[in-house]
Amino acid sequence: MEKEILEKKDVTILFAGDSGDGMQLTGNQFTFTSALFGNDVSTFPNFPAEIRAPQGTVAGVSGFQLRFGSVEVFTPGDDSDVLVVMNAAALKANISKLKRGGVVIANTSGFDNKNLKLSHYEVNPLEDGSLDDYELHEVDITSLTREALVDSGLARKDVDRSKNMFVLGFLYWMYSRDLASTIQFIEEKFAKKPELIESNLKVLKTGYHYGDTSETFGTRYQVKKAKLPKGKYRSIMGNQAAAYGIIAAAKQAGLKTFYGSYPITPASDILHELSKHKNFGVKTYQAEDEIAAICAAIGASFGGALGVTASSGPGIALKGEALGLAVMLELPLLVINVQRGGPSTGLPTKTEQSDLMQALYGRNGEAPIPVIAARTPSDCFSSIMEAIRISVEHMTPVMFLSDGYLANGAEPWAYPEAKDLPKITVPKVTQKPAEGEAYLPYLRDEKLVREWAIPGMEGLMHRLGGLEKEDRTGNISYDPENHEKMVRLRAEKVERIADFIPDLKIEQGPEKGKVLVLGWGSTYGSIRMAVDQCIKEGLEVSQAHFRYLNPFPKNTAEIMASFDHVIIPEINDKQLVHVIRSKFLMDAIPFSKIQGLPFTSSELVAKIKEIYA
Amino acid sequence: MTGSKLRAKDFETDQDVRWCPGCGDYAILKQVQTAFAELGMEKENTVFISGIGCSSRFPYYMDTYGMHSIHGRAAAIASGLKAVRKDLNVWIVTGDGDSLSIGGNHLIHLLRRNFDVNVLLFNNEIYGLTKGQYSPTTPEGTVTKSSPYGVLDHPFNPLALALGAEATFVARALDRDPRHLKDLIIRANEHKGTSLLEIYQNCPVFNDGAFTVLTDKDSKQDSTLWLKNGEPLVFGENNTKGILLDGFKPKIVSLEDGYSMDDLWVHDESDPLKAHMLTRFFGDPSLEGNLPRPFGLFYVNERESYETAMDNQVQEAYNQRGEGDLDALIQGKSTWEIN
Ligand code: SF4
Repeated sequence: MEKEILEKKDVTILFAGDSGDGMQLTGNQFTFTSALFGNDVSTFPNFPAEIRAPQGTVAGVSGFQLRFGSVEVFTPGDDSDVLVVMNAAALKANISKLKRGGVVIANTSGFDNKNLKLSHYEVNPLEDGSLDDYELHEVDITSLTREALVDSGLARKDVDRSKNMFVLGFLYWMYSRDLASTIQFIEEKFAKKPELIESNLKVLKTGYHYGDTSETFGTRYQVKKAKLPKGKYRSIMGNQAAAYGIIAAAKQAGLKTFYGSYPITPASDILHELSKHKNFGVKTYQAEDEIAAICAAIGASFGGALGVTASSGPGIALKGEALGLAVMLELPLLVINVQRGGPSTGLPTKTEQSDLMQALYGRNGEAPIPVIAARTPSDCFSSIMEAIRISVEHMTPVMFLSDGYLANGAEPWAYPEAKDLPKITVPKVTQKPAEGEAYLPYLRDEKLVREWAIPGMEGLMHRLGGLEKEDRTGNISYDPENHEKMVRLRAEKVERIADFIPDLKIEQGPEKGKVLVLGWGSTYGSIRMAVDQCIKEGLEVSQAHFRYLNPFPKNTAEIMASFDHVIIPEINDKQLVHVIRSKFLMDAIPFSKIQGLPFTSSELVAKIKEIYA
Repeated sequence: MTGSKLRAKDFETDQDVRWCPGCGDYAILKQVQTAFAELGMEKENTVFISGIGCSSRFPYYMDTYGMHSIHGRAAAIASGLKAVRKDLNVWIVTGDGDSLSIGGNHLIHLLRRNFDVNVLLFNNEIYGLTKGQYSPTTPEGTVTKSSPYGVLDHPFNPLALALGAEATFVARALDRDPRHLKDLIIRANEHKGTSLLEIYQNCPVFNDGAFTVLTDKDSKQDSTLWLKNGEPLVFGENNTKGILLDGFKPKIVSLEDGYSMDDLWVHDESDPLKAHMLTRFFGDPSLEGNLPRPFGLFYVNERESYETAMDNQVQEAYNQRGEGDLDALIQGKSTWEIN
């Protein structure tokens, strides 16, 4: 039967199943194939905190949402067009995220009595008419997979594990995709188990052919290549980009990297990635705890390496005292916070922007540090390089903020060439003190930056420490005037960084006007889509987005003053709004969401319109 | 400075030493400086890292590189430093509160990893800098500022803890026996791996006399045992007492009363089981007799240091894959082009 092919501009698919169903892998493969084809893509994995939450329950549902288009897509989409559910719990957890009229592909074996009971359905939702508003396709994926592998000789467990390949194959058919990159992936992944290569490929192809042969599906879709800016692309996730950015920055500065870290979600992937690249002179160190991780990084910086440590909110809290020490020592140090829902253990696998205040103020005493936030997964690369540049050139610890949404999200990246990356200058000691004169470790240049004298350098022996330092000599000092002077010097040093960062710019919309949507961090994509839509509807709305949160760009107040209203959307309870108000005595309208989830564009559009009216 | 030999005085800084008069820390500082002169140590390649406490002021008084860090974290900071700077001679100066209470976790992990650094653990069985609270080594029942009715906590046995944490060099010295202390500083320096040297240090202000029984002319001969590798365990006036092993039980015998040197336990620094027993010669009333407190090198064992293993792993990566190519890394395996 000849099937009709419809063209679509963009499509959002949500794969959902038990955490053991392989939905993350399925989503990643579909993403990669689409990116390779030339679509713009944005993804949002959403998984439970438990590694193996009870099977069949709503708590154990793992989801992967992706949006791909022939137009630029900046978010993984609000509601999905297609919902794939491997069991009843997956349907229960996700049906509210499907558009009215959207397609449900349901694995009927996942709706047996046991599954219905575990997900607390009284009656089978596939049969009770509750899905009448949707286009429901029931496919017995489990049985079809078993049938395909009936002669494989594999254990039932292994057979069932490959049913995600059926789903993937089927969706490839539905969206007219090529199987090549997934075939290559399977061949590499199971290189040591040829029997699994064979079985997975067979199921993948069975899924693909099922589309052709089954009567149920009349329509296929096509999403053409996107008109992305020219260049060479790859697909990248936030934590991966951060790891590459660290390696690149260290190289640009001519420093060796020492990465001290303690396992924590969602930051651990940076450790995993970096630990693979020792031939870049990277040393990774899994410390005994969060405090040891930052302290070891400080020790490494003292020794002349680039000390880096990473964690998420709870770990950053533990690192607070040592971060204060780094402020006193005035050594380079990069601290990464891949934020997650808090407080306390909070929502480990969900995203949030609620550690901004902690980054800015979360230390004892007056201990300002620069704070830099990435806006998209690929932006983690250049933002972290920038954080390291500031840390090294200004001899200060820097906090780099990412979050769970950026860390695990993927997008196409027009990657740079190494030769075009910015250089980083290390403030090494230029002169030894004259014979008979003492070395002054806290002498400063016009940026108020002290030099980096490293053990092993003759004639520059000095003692650092957490006790208040005397200006210039660095000796212990309890002198009242000196203390005030040093507090102000350390603060001024950070303030002066504003002279070495770019201005805040209007991303889209008029330079002055009615409404400015001012964001920071991972809300960039949603704001971008929302403002774009408002502009298309004829509204006078603009977007600006912070990368530098301390110090702020010098033109911040000027930009804000150019608009009648400034809206600040945040995945927290108005933290940036508080900072802006106190810093600039200017008002901004907060728009908060605190659900462990990113904003949808439609939520933002509604808010913009409300203020606009 | 390299080349010309330094004197002990050359390691002094221009800072006034600010410990209380009579504090045992002075003697330790002096012995470190003396040992360093003897060893021909280079100032610029030596680093002292300390935490917080009276002893942790130490780096300010050594004209080397140094860091007076935060409470309990010296071991963690020194680990990171040594990981990237194998060439440096790194010393950690810490106290019983600093390394066994707030920094206990870092100490045990330092010992198991076996970075080639030296730990000087000043044990005065009290918190001095915060003015007299009990520490994790204060004996039960002791009346201190924070324990007016006596300490309830059972104390740590630092050397037993160190052995339990897989330490490769475990020794004990006394501030009041400078020559012996200096010898152990020199041995600690020689050891490739983490050396833990516990130094009993008198705090005349808050815990005076904690070690008097071990230093007093009248009592020290019966209460101390000076370990020498390959030699039998003898002590007491004129070394007339000895210790032998009766099965797994140490037993004090008199050499004037039927026992000879040949019967005695011979100290073997490389024997981990016997080292464990020696660390238990310590405030343990369940042991028979009144066993003397041992001093000297209990145990030493060469095991690859962490930074060596780490460097080897990095080198292996270079050997296998060559110097990392940044462009190749950034590109990854699959790319596409948009024209
Ligand atoms: S308080 Fe005790 S340990 Fe501290 S300096 Fe004074 S005597 Fe020494």
